[in-house]
Amino acid sequence: MGITFLCAFSILAITAYLVWELWINSVLPRHQFGFNFLRTQTWDPVAGQFGALPFIYGTLVTSAVALVIAVPLGVGSAVFLAELAPPALSDALAFLIELLAAVPSVIYGLLGIFILVPGLRIIEPYLKAVLGWTPLFSGPFYGVSLFSAGVVLSVMIVPFIISISREVIRAVPNDQREAALALGATRWETVWDAVLPFASRGIAGSIFLALARSLGETMAVTMVVGNDPKIKASLLAPGYSIAAVIANEFTEATGELYTQSLIELGLVLFALTVIINGAARLMMAASERGKV
Amino acid sequence: MSSTGIQPPAGLQAPKTADAKIRATNLNFYYGNFHALHGISMEIYEKKVTAFIGPSGCGKSTFLRTLNRMNETVRGTRVEGTILLDGENIFDQEVSNLRRRVGMVFQRSNPFPKSIFDNVAYGLRINGMAGTRNELRDKVEHSLRRAALWEEVKDKLDQSAYGLSGGQQQRLCIARGLAVNPEVLLLDEPCSALDPIATAKIEDLIFQLKDSCTIVIVTHSMQQAARVADFTGFFLLGKLIEFDATTVIFKNPAKKETEDYITGRFG
Repeated sequence: MGITFLCAFSILAITAYLVWELWINSVLPRHQFGFNFLRTQTWDPVAGQFGALPFIYGTLVTSAVALVIAVPLGVGSAVFLAELAPPALSDALAFLIELLAAVPSVIYGLLGIFILVPGLRIIEPYLKAVLGWTPLFSGPFYGVSLFSAGVVLSVMIVPFIISISREVIRAVPNDQREAALALGATRWETVWDAVLPFASRGIAGSIFLALARSLGETMAVTMVVGNDPKIKASLLAPGYSIAAVIANEFTEATGELYTQSLIELGLVLFALTVIINGAARLMMAASERGKV
Repeated sequence: MSSTGIQPPAGLQAPKTADAKIRATNLNFYYGNFHALHGISMEIYEKKVTAFIGPSGCGKSTFLRTLNRMNETVRGTRVEGTILLDGENIFDQEVSNLRRRVGMVFQRSNPFPKSIFDNVAYGLRINGMAGTRNELRDKVEHSLRRAALWEEVKDKLDQSAYGLSGGQQQRLCIARGLAVNPEVLLLDEPCSALDPIATAKIEDLIFQLKDSCTIVIVTHSMQQAARVADFTGFFLLGKLIEFDATTVIFKNPAKKETEDYITGRFG
């Protein structure tokens, strides 16, 4: 009892200590820029100007792109594996998918550089032909971009969504399926009306886990995102993310203000993760109450 | 011969077909290599209550679940023989339409995690029977009334079905099944998880429903079969040992196995 309490408490303590360290080591930029740190777009270490907005933007946009691709793909695959595929095939594929989750992120970065980016260059004209009318897919494309980073991230997070959602869907009591089938529901209607609503909480959980992973992903993103701290409307333009800029610039940061600005970026990423996860949880709790 | 006015089938001989709603002929069923049902042939009479009794694992539920092809959802099963519903083989029909006509209520009540109203409306919606909002509301009310649940839930239709008691949930499942106007209602041990009062309510309900619906009920309780059923079939080890009017089965069974079971010497 005492030991388990200590274990649980140590997690709290570590988190609190982490925040404390980030906080006291980012005093300088907080004093100098205040909230402008979050609002301005200029990142110029030479001139001593530090604005975090392009990194926040890049982090959110790459994660959003990743979710837009990975959620339908992941939930769709999970439904196939749990409901339609023969058990032997389902287990074999689930094993391979869990292996994917264990691949180091630098490998995904290399895949991104050598396969995805050249591949995107090929499909880019078609992408533009279809979606070019939106600002999101306008402008020149150099290969490395927010979009590329989002696609790489989606490949990295989809295994989480698939393997957790598959387990959750398999755990839906069979009497729910039978209730729908006995009323004349087709297989598809059964999945859509009975299985997925019952599993929705667990599926949402898998999506949060995937989102947390993609917000903090460093290596693979920095390899394909372009590392350019600018905010452009187009997803095809290069960008930057918080985790990537910390990894790239921390060892080379000269001067206290520069170092502390990077640490404050770390604090911002931490806060971002907490806010997004908290908001998602609140949304879920609200929908639970509304749903009956 | 029997007080119901219907000529009861003499043992297992093929009886007359006049008022048979369902007619199974030489039905065999396999779970993988396990031969679960051995050549079942029987008729189920329209607007009567037919009960299946027998010890656990005798095949009565398996047989019930072939009547709406629910067993097909279990992997590795195989069925041989024919089941005619109104003279047409159910295995040649579109399965979702068959299941609309042959409804089912399960052993454990299994409402959806939706409101009471939406539970009853679900079958109407997916079968394109919902109509306008007012029509839908009337149909839901009608179904809840048929299931003798309306008075208890009319003020909380938008509340979760999970807030109801076990017996109410089971009657809600019956209302949900009745909403799509099934011609046959299959009840798979519907009272096994209920207390005696809730059980009595469901049995009352069965009496009322048989005016409009053919009912087949699987039950562990011989007393229940004796109370509600017009006809009773006794299953043992995957075979239909005896099928006759309930009064005959319980007072004057033809087979020794039936008598042993009825009198409690076995099972």
